[in-house]
Amino acid sequence: MIRYIISIVLTALLSFVAGLYLPWWGIALAAFVVGVIIPQRPFYSFMSGFIGVFLLWEILAWWIDSKNDGILSQKIAQVLPLGGSTVLLILITSLIGALVAGCAALAASFVRWRVREAEEVDN
Amino acid sequence: MRIIPLLISTLITVALIILLSMQWGKVPPIGKFLSPQHGFWQNADPIDKNFDESVKLPDLAGKAEIYFDDRLVPHVFASTDEDAYFAQGYLHAKFRLWQMEFQVYAAAGRLSELIGRKALNYDREKRRLGMVYAAEIAAKEIENDPTSKRECDAYTAGVNAYIANLKESELPVEYKLLNYKPEKWSNLKTALFLKAMCYDLAGSENDFERTNAKTVFGFEDYEKMFPAAQDSVDPIIPKGTVYPPAALSVKQPASADSLYFDIKDSSEIVPQKPKKDNGSNNWVVSGKKTKSGAPILCNDPHLGLNLPSLWYEMQINTPSMNVYGATFPGGPGVIIGFNDSCAFGLTNGGRDVMDYYEIKFRDETMKEYWFNGAWKAADFRYEHILIKGEPEMIDTVAYTVFGPVMFDKKFSGMQRRTNGNYYALRWKGHDPSNEFLFFNKMDHAKNYDDYYAAIHYLHTPGQNCLFACKNGDIAIWTQGEFPAKWKRQGEFIMPGTDSSYMWQGMIPQQENPHLINPERGFLSSANQVPADPSAYPYYLGGDFPPYRGIIINRYLNKWSNLTPKDMFTLQIENYNVFAEMARPVLMKNIDMNSLAEDERSYFDTLANWELHNDPELRAPTLFVVFWDTFNKVVWDDEFSKTKLPLVYPYASTLLEAILKDSAYKFLDNINTPAKETLRDDVTLAFKKAVAICKLADADGRMQWGKYKGTKINHLARLAPFSRTDLNVGGGTNCINATKEDHGPSWRMVVELTPKTDAYGVYPGGQSGNPGSPYYDSFIDTWAAGKYYPLWVMEKDDVKDKKVKYHMSLMGYTTNTRP
Repeated sequence: MIRYIISIVLTALLSFVAGLYLPWWGIALAAFVVGVIIPQRPFYSFMSGFIGVFLLWEILAWWIDSKNDGILSQKIAQVLPLGGSTVLLILITSLIGALVAGCAALAASFVRWRVREAEEVDN
Repeated sequence: MRIIPLLISTLITVALIILLSMQWGKVPPIGKFLSPQHGFWQNADPIDKNFDESVKLPDLAGKAEIYFDDRLVPHVFASTDEDAYFAQGYLHAKFRLWQMEFQVYAAAGRLSELIGRKALNYDREKRRLGMVYAAEIAAKEIENDPTSKRECDAYTAGVNAYIANLKESELPVEYKLLNYKPEKWSNLKTALFLKAMCYDLAGSENDFERTNAKTVFGFEDYEKMFPAAQDSVDPIIPKGTVYPPAALSVKQPASADSLYFDIKDSSEIVPQKPKKDNGSNNWVVSGKKTKSGAPILCNDPHLGLNLPSLWYEMQINTPSMNVYGATFPGGPGVIIGFNDSCAFGLTNGGRDVMDYYEIKFRDETMKEYWFNGAWKAADFRYEHILIKGEPEMIDTVAYTVFGPVMFDKKFSGMQRRTNGNYYALRWKGHDPSNEFLFFNKMDHAKNYDDYYAAIHYLHTPGQNCLFACKNGDIAIWTQGEFPAKWKRQGEFIMPGTDSSYMWQGMIPQQENPHLINPERGFLSSANQVPADPSAYPYYLGGDFPPYRGIIINRYLNKWSNLTPKDMFTLQIENYNVFAEMARPVLMKNIDMNSLAEDERSYFDTLANWELHNDPELRAPTLFVVFWDTFNKVVWDDEFSKTKLPLVYPYASTLLEAILKDSAYKFLDNINTPAKETLRDDVTLAFKKAVAICKLADADGRMQWGKYKGTKINHLARLAPFSRTDLNVGGGTNCINATKEDHGPSWRMVVELTPKTDAYGVYPGGQSGNPGSPYYDSFIDTWAAGKYYPLWVMEKDDVKDKKVKYHMSLMGYTTNTRP
């Protein structure tokens, strides 16, 4: 459980740093690296990447939006078109990032010698 | 390692990233676009964003200190003009980069690069119009003048300094949505922007439609529909002014009757046209009509209203000038504004400087054309049009002594069939001129002589240049380089087989209509005819809207002891002088006995109206619908005789016709055996109008403000980035000429007291970023007819409370660079 939580937090942190220096898909690298450093079973690895970036993007988008009084998100939520729903826009933002990071973390979970090794670590 | 699951899941991840980095039709690359650290979220400025900044820029020679006030208007202080223009370029780019570039893409016929094939016809027309050709000529003029070169080079360097430091996350949101990146700026792009304005203001013609009208109706009837002059005119230079005889005499070609006026030619081509509403008001009252004793100058240019706005407000202070006003993101200098000594404003001159000639080519290769009795070789220009997702198209355009062959067998305009003829364009905008020098000299002007020297550099578009000085001088010149034409020259397509129909010369500048310090104590222009056509020695054309000028002059004649506040009242005046003249003749001719009860109640609405186009009233809607319907009732039967493109005669023509002649020929509906009278037409139109108004009433949108529905569209027509349903009055023929998406684009009132007292507002905001609170922050003030005081900052005001942010631009050489 601790390993799971640490993975999530680390994914979020590393993804944030990657966002400062790399293109948007830096989150995939971050999630992959965390997945390799902290091996977990595929499902848990996926969920760590997924939740890590979901939380990061959710918090960032929400934070930016609240500082902006929703001026831009309301407009973009019509351009895209999401019926002007900022909540939906933030949710989709987070889900897209989460999906990419989750897949990358899933891939990372297979970078190991044996299945048993992973099971041992998980237990 | 579990190779297969690893490969599969890695592949899925990579594929996902690729898919989310691609554009799908109108959907931007969604991963990049939604990333909070890269995408549109980065454009959501905190509403209390701090614009304090200190930037080191290698290409800046000296430095510039920029102070933003609470409306985000920058006050630029620099020790040389070049540093100031550099800062102006930097600021334009920082706040308006996407707009600047998009406008230039549109001007240069490059929209296909951004949105693909659907813009191809638009692009081809711009290329064939010679927009890039014209801009290249203008850029050469800039290069040849040391002042302009220094100015434009500095401006371009400023724009590029901003672009060079721009991170991907900081790209304006439109780039992210349309998925492209800014190019470097250049003096050619500055020239392209200038030519876009030139086209907007001096690209108005109806030559094909007028040719069709002449052919369908015959020249005699044509003269009734499109008279060369109007009855009710109050020219810019008042009637009674005596003009010396023309220095340049123009002769109508001997063949004109047979080859021009009576020839039956026609064309189905409808070129793209700038809005014919492009016009403006300006006026100035001398000290003897003001409370303070100082002149007050006012200007409100009527242009297409867009977001981001065409205008960007700023102050530029250097040792050689201290100028405040509206600037064009896209070029250096202040365009409409004031400095420490004087104020200046512009309205459009509206003269026809765009004509077409029919060319006879030897064959379809267009290599040779018949001119002055011999075959003459054409030049060719190859226009490379890049198309998104497709190979480029090379459009070959032949150039003749007249200009580019805009329409030929390969191109007939926007989805129109061609008649197989070749039409070359003669446009004054192609001629060499350097209007930036005009703006530069105006910004530096200290007195009338400086102003007079400055306006010489304004060739096209011709403008009514209004001027006032703190020493009390006021002046107006209808300035521009205008071709001297014989009567109705260029109104129809002209024969292009010899030189006899070419423009014979330009009207000498000193013969342009002008007036200095008039006895009546004021000067004004509102796009009406500049001089009394019966007294002015050159032909002026007949395309001038008369009404705003009449009402402005009526008020200014009557009023005295004026203050800036009175000027606000006048600029936002909704009185409809056209309705004042039209309503009596219309109401007199409604057959009351034939009206049903509900129609009578609409009649009462019209009768009780006090002639103001105020937004909450229903009567202005009724009047406008009534007149439009009447116009259609009168003309549509004649117009339905042909499928050729035509334009309606002006409202002033129809009104003047029914005022003097109740048996005006066109009142009869030619499709009925009976002979309809004015009474029949007016009554029918009224009943039709009431039917339309009843629907509007049922929908709750009969109030004029709602019916008109003023809106300010985003330049790329992105509805969520636009502002719609503004409840604004006024309209065509009102001083407050606010139409649906067109109107006063910058309202300015300047009182030239020792310490200048100035006010202004434009329907936009200083930031071009739809994610900034400054994007549309002026719109509600503008819509309410209110103004902001314009603060002229002094060097010592650095600590003033009005300064909200401070930005320093520093060149490397002036600072720490070893």
